[in-house]
Amino acid sequence: MSVVPVSYYLVLSAILFGLGVVAFVFKRNIITIFMAIELMLNAVNLAFVAFARAWNQLDGLVFVFFVIVVAAAEAAVGLAIVITIYQNRRSLNIERVDLLKF
Amino acid sequence: MPILDHLWIILALPLAGAAINGLLGKNWPKVAVNSVGIGSVSLAFLCVLEAIREFSLLPAGQVSFFKNYFNWMSAGSFKVDFALQMDHLTIVMLLVVTFVSLLVHIYSTGYMAHEEGYYRFFAYLNLFVFFMLTLVLAANIVLMFVGWEGVGLCSYLLIGFWFLKQTAISAGKKAFITTRIGDFGFTIGILLLFWTFSSVDFGTVFAKAANMPAESATQAGVLTWICLLLFAGAIGKSAQLPLYVWLPDAMEGPTPVSALIHAATMVTAGVYMVARMHPLFSRAPIAMFVVAIVGAVTAFYAATIALVQTDIKKVLAYSTVSQLGYMFLGCGVGAYAAGIFHLMTHAFFKGLLFLAAGSVIHAMGGEQDMRLMGGLRKKIPATYWTMFIATLAIAGIPGFAGFFSKDEILDAAGSGPNAHITLWLLGLIAAGLTSFYMFRLIFLTFFGKERFDEHEVHVHESPRNMTVPLMILAFFSIVGGWFAAPHLMGGTDYFEAFLHPVFASYGVQSGIEQGASLAGAAGEAGGISPSPAMELFHALTGPPVILAIVGLLVAWWFYIRRPDAPKKLAERVHGLYTLLLHKYYVGEIYATLFIRPFLWISTNVLWHVVDEGVIDGTVNGVARVAREAGGQARELQSGNARSYATWVVIGAVGFTVLMLGFWRMVR
Repeated sequence: MSVVPVSYYLVLSAILFGLGVVAFVFKRNIITIFMAIELMLNAVNLAFVAFARAWNQLDGLVFVFFVIVVAAAEAAVGLAIVITIYQNRRSLNIERVDLLKF
Repeated sequence: MPILDHLWIILALPLAGAAINGLLGKNWPKVAVNSVGIGSVSLAFLCVLEAIREFSLLPAGQVSFFKNYFNWMSAGSFKVDFALQMDHLTIVMLLVVTFVSLLVHIYSTGYMAHEEGYYRFFAYLNLFVFFMLTLVLAANIVLMFVGWEGVGLCSYLLIGFWFLKQTAISAGKKAFITTRIGDFGFTIGILLLFWTFSSVDFGTVFAKAANMPAESATQAGVLTWICLLLFAGAIGKSAQLPLYVWLPDAMEGPTPVSALIHAATMVTAGVYMVARMHPLFSRAPIAMFVVAIVGAVTAFYAATIALVQTDIKKVLAYSTVSQLGYMFLGCGVGAYAAGIFHLMTHAFFKGLLFLAAGSVIHAMGGEQDMRLMGGLRKKIPATYWTMFIATLAIAGIPGFAGFFSKDEILDAAGSGPNAHITLWLLGLIAAGLTSFYMFRLIFLTFFGKERFDEHEVHVHESPRNMTVPLMILAFFSIVGGWFAAPHLMGGTDYFEAFLHPVFASYGVQSGIEQGASLAGAAGEAGGISPSPAMELFHALTGPPVILAIVGLLVAWWFYIRRPDAPKKLAERVHGLYTLLLHKYYVGEIYATLFIRPFLWISTNVLWHVVDEGVIDGTVNGVARVAREAGGQARELQSGNARSYATWVVIGAVGFTVLMLGFWRMVR
């Protein structure tokens, strides 16, 4: 049984991360941007797990747990903010949220 | 020996008085302020008496008592202790300072009774006494300098006591700044002293100096430079040429202050300092010569200005400058004891003159112009008689205190070790002028017609608490010089004999030894010494006495016999009169030479260029750069969340690239 080499995982992680970045920058819907962030986080998680597996060490897995916890907290706070924005703006277009400026 | 071992108590008493009155006395009744102020000084006076009694019990060989209380500061080899010392010179100064201070305090309870800030006045006076005693008791020159500057501070505070009066504020500042010029020299002198002797302690310095040979009279060595620099401080503090200009202006202060600080004690600090540093001065002939010249010229110069002044206090101010010149003349010709003797008698009679002048001003309701007085003799008899006695004393009429001390100085200037005929002549003429302007003051103030409106000015004698100090001082203005009376008949000068241990202890020949050796030489050569009666006859008919009486008679002629004569004479010698009236235009010359250029540089260079241009420019420039940069950078805060996202990505990419490059470089 052949083992899938670590570079495969890393390439997949990079592709996912790149997609996340592109969506993060170009999408207008706040929920979509939020999902893009989740995508990036999980791309990083994948890279961590791949390295942990490759070098047989637990450090990467520990990091993954932390990232999941942070992502969960972020989702809770973030979605609350999204709801508030929707209640105030009746829209989820990010370009409508521009009051905080010079 | 309870007090002698705790000399600091003498200092602590007035300091405590100043602290209590100054911090708590604001709402106290006058009685409470009085009892603290006078109480602390009289206790200090009693402590001084007790300390002197204990000092006299010391073993015969011990010239001075020294006590180190604690180490004040030490840095490397530089070490200053809070150490006090007491010797015969200190005793004279202590007695003069505490006694005259006590009388002035008592007098002030009457003179200042109706003034605002009564407690403040007494707090300042007590603080002054503290600093003056520090100056006198200090056993090293740094501690002495503390007292030296402290009395300057109190002088400033008290000249500007009426701080709502513009002229008083300016006079205070003038006094402080002018003396500061001299103190600059004094400070450098201290540094040079330490550099030369690696100690600031009087005992150590003098012991080392005693082993040094006297310097030549033609080339200035290090001792000469130290002495000249220290003397610069004395010139400022004791109002000698060319820094005397602050003292006449200092008359803006309350009159008791003029009596205590600007006549009896503080201004004589310079004389005390020169006498204290005599082991150095005596080995620096050039410095001695400078001291004598400055003293003699000032004595003469200030006396000429006093001739035409019309403000009663200004006459006395110039007279003080002149008399201080005498003291320096005495020190400069090596007769330190005579200089200190004159310091003491001057403290009595000039303190009295100022206090009496204050009483006159009090009686006249604040008028100081003698042209608007006259005929006060009958109305304020106590003031008149005491002031008349003081005038006899300062004029040098035989029997009164000033005669003995002035005579000794002139004697030393004429026949002492460093005598010179010019010095003697200057002093002699100044003595005649002194007699003239003092009797002019008396005649203008107390004799002749009343030149004021009696309905407007209610002339009244001062209260008892003012006249009693006058009488006490008058008593000492008479007997204060009698220590030296036997000397006139060929006997001992007890004052000089008293100070002899101080001035003889570091190998400096004093007047007594010289007198003895001279007498011995005369006795060997001539076989006979003049009889006591002859000596007395010579002293009583000497040139100083003749000139004093001539001065009296001239003043009498001008101001009693022919009251219109002064005006005629002034018209006849109009140029000279105007010159004197404008005080030789020294104020104007200083303004042109120093003050105006200084002000111009300060305004046009330091203010408008350096301060406004360089310093403000730098600060404002930094602020402007920050604001401009912020103004540019805030454009980034567009409010557009997607542009923020872009910046985040660009930042992350940039950082990653940077890290990769860095990592590669390290590899």
